[in-house]
Amino acid sequence: MVALVKHVPDVQSARSFTAEHRLVRGGPDDSLNELDEDCLEAALHLVEATPTSSGQDDDESGDGARPTRTHRVTALTVGPPAAVGALRRALAMGATDAVHVSDEAVAGSDAVATARVVAAAVDHLHAQHPVDLVLAGMAALDGLGSLVPSAVAALLGWPQLTLADRVQVEPGSPGSPGGAVTVRRTTAHHVEELRAPLPAVVSVTDQAFRPRSPSLKGLLAARRTPVDVIGLADLGLAASTAGAAGSTTRVLDVQPRPELADQVRLVAGQDGRDVAAELADLLVERGF
Amino acid sequence: MGAVVVLVDHRDPRWRGSAAPLLALAHELGGRQGWSVDAVWVGPGHDEEVATWVASTGPVVQHVVQVDGADPQLPASLGCALRAVADDAAARLVLVPSTFEGREVAGQLAALTGSGVVVGASSVVVEDGLVVAGKAVLAGSWRTRCAVTSPLAVVALDVHAAAAASPATPPGTGEAEVRRHRVQAPAAASAVQVLVRAARPVTERPSLAEAEVVVVGGRGTGGDFSGVEDLADALGGAVGATRVATDEGWAPHALQVGQTGVTISPRLYVGAGVSGAVHHRGGMAASATVVAVNTDPDAPIFEVADVAVVADVRTLLPALAAEVRSRRHRSG
Repeated sequence: MVALVKHVPDVQSARSFTAEHRLVRGGPDDSLNELDEDCLEAALHLVEATPTSSGQDDDESGDGARPTRTHRVTALTVGPPAAVGALRRALAMGATDAVHVSDEAVAGSDAVATARVVAAAVDHLHAQHPVDLVLAGMAALDGLGSLVPSAVAALLGWPQLTLADRVQVEPGSPGSPGGAVTVRRTTAHHVEELRAPLPAVVSVTDQAFRPRSPSLKGLLAARRTPVDVIGLADLGLAASTAGAAGSTTRVLDVQPRPELADQVRLVAGQDGRDVAAELADLLVERGF
Repeated sequence: MGAVVVLVDHRDPRWRGSAAPLLALAHELGGRQGWSVDAVWVGPGHDEEVATWVASTGPVVQHVVQVDGADPQLPASLGCALRAVADDAAARLVLVPSTFEGREVAGQLAALTGSGVVVGASSVVVEDGLVVAGKAVLAGSWRTRCAVTSPLAVVALDVHAAAAASPATPPGTGEAEVRRHRVQAPAAASAVQVLVRAARPVTERPSLAEAEVVVVGGRGTGGDFSGVEDLADALGGAVGATRVATDEGWAPHALQVGQTGVTISPRLYVGAGVSGAVHHRGGMAASATVVAVNTDPDAPIFEVADVAVVADVRTLLPALAAEVRSRRHRSG
């Protein structure tokens, strides 16, 4: 399983932009995107719930002996050197290994360019060790786009089952030799249950799992585990396909929100009735 | 020539609610640029009522797309249907509503076509031949304008913002050519089985994402939402809740407003006992008029409030609901 993680500025900090209209990154409080802890938890949970298959297990499904498969959770991030912080946190939570796509040419990638790099990295990992699931959080707390998992699925040509609040993986069977994933998702108007064969792309909401805290063992492992750092060339991507050069959106300007010049402030007395009348008048005045 | 393609999203049973503002904006933009307006209905259900209503928004080409081999509501199906129409119409811009599902469709379409995409947009204009989308970012504390440089632009637009920015739907001419398409779903969509799709129960209050007035209860309610519900009903609005309130079980999770819940942009937002944590502001920053009630005079929500009321919601809300009702009664 591959868990997509992102290193983002702390949401409580005073976030701002550079002169190139890029989000200022690398602050001391930058950390693993909180919503990615949910996808890591989902990945760890699913791996723990799936017994490691061996040739013997596979015999039961009648498709003969296959090599023993081990289940791994690979945390994958795309970002500047500091983004390794997100991977260290993922390793501390229990990820088996970590891959960091770090390349100066990636800076300034928009959502589609980012998805292109992520999809190429998943392809790269898939070629080394078959990937069953790509898991992502429901949003990154910097851009809040919620579209990269969908774009990654489109680029990989894999089924997308997104915004899941329940995820279940079934091992391979004669009907679907590669296994399948079932999710429940709650949209604005429906509750859906969707099923797709593996490999697939799944994103999970913050209601799906309760992320675990790193254990002492995990914290030690996080320091010991090497992070695999790769560049665009390793993925077979030209520098021109990523970063600002590979992006088809360009931020023209960023402005802080204008200050409220005409705020009305009311302070209640003991019973609040006087303020209620004044507030009701204001609402009527404004057409409500 | 060119076209602006509008997805008529009918997963929502009140589909006109999102289609009307997107079509109004498309007509305004299209009129200025000399672009045609092309509405897209994916899947079954495009009956005479739909056709008549869409035609009533102005001159428009209606595309009805049948997706073979997959559920038509999946993002991959919708992305592939929109791609076919965008090709057919020589589109410059595709507009979808900026719901979570709409953003996914935008992501699919942009990836498939290599197009630039902006989601959560509050405005769309054309400047120097490029589609430029405006949006509020970082919990509403910054405004950005982003240009799309690819031949096709994909924009997921906040429908309330579109409604506020565009005049009322132009009078229809009844001109509406209907073009039918059949597309083969991509393998990734065909592979997805829809085991269950059940409608969520509909309440009598307007839905949170669409309501013009939303009253949100937070920690300051102490768990008693009766005042929040009472005021929402007096104003004809929807009830929302903060993360704390839903985590405590004071309100169902579906009512959570925030960056991981529902994003709202009502004409009137009333925050009752809401402190205004950045997570929450991310979901309500686009509200037009913000009224905040909190006992703490330094609550962060007051930084974004048009009307800041330092009061205890438990006494203020019932009194305010009564005052609102008496004024409506008098004027009615």
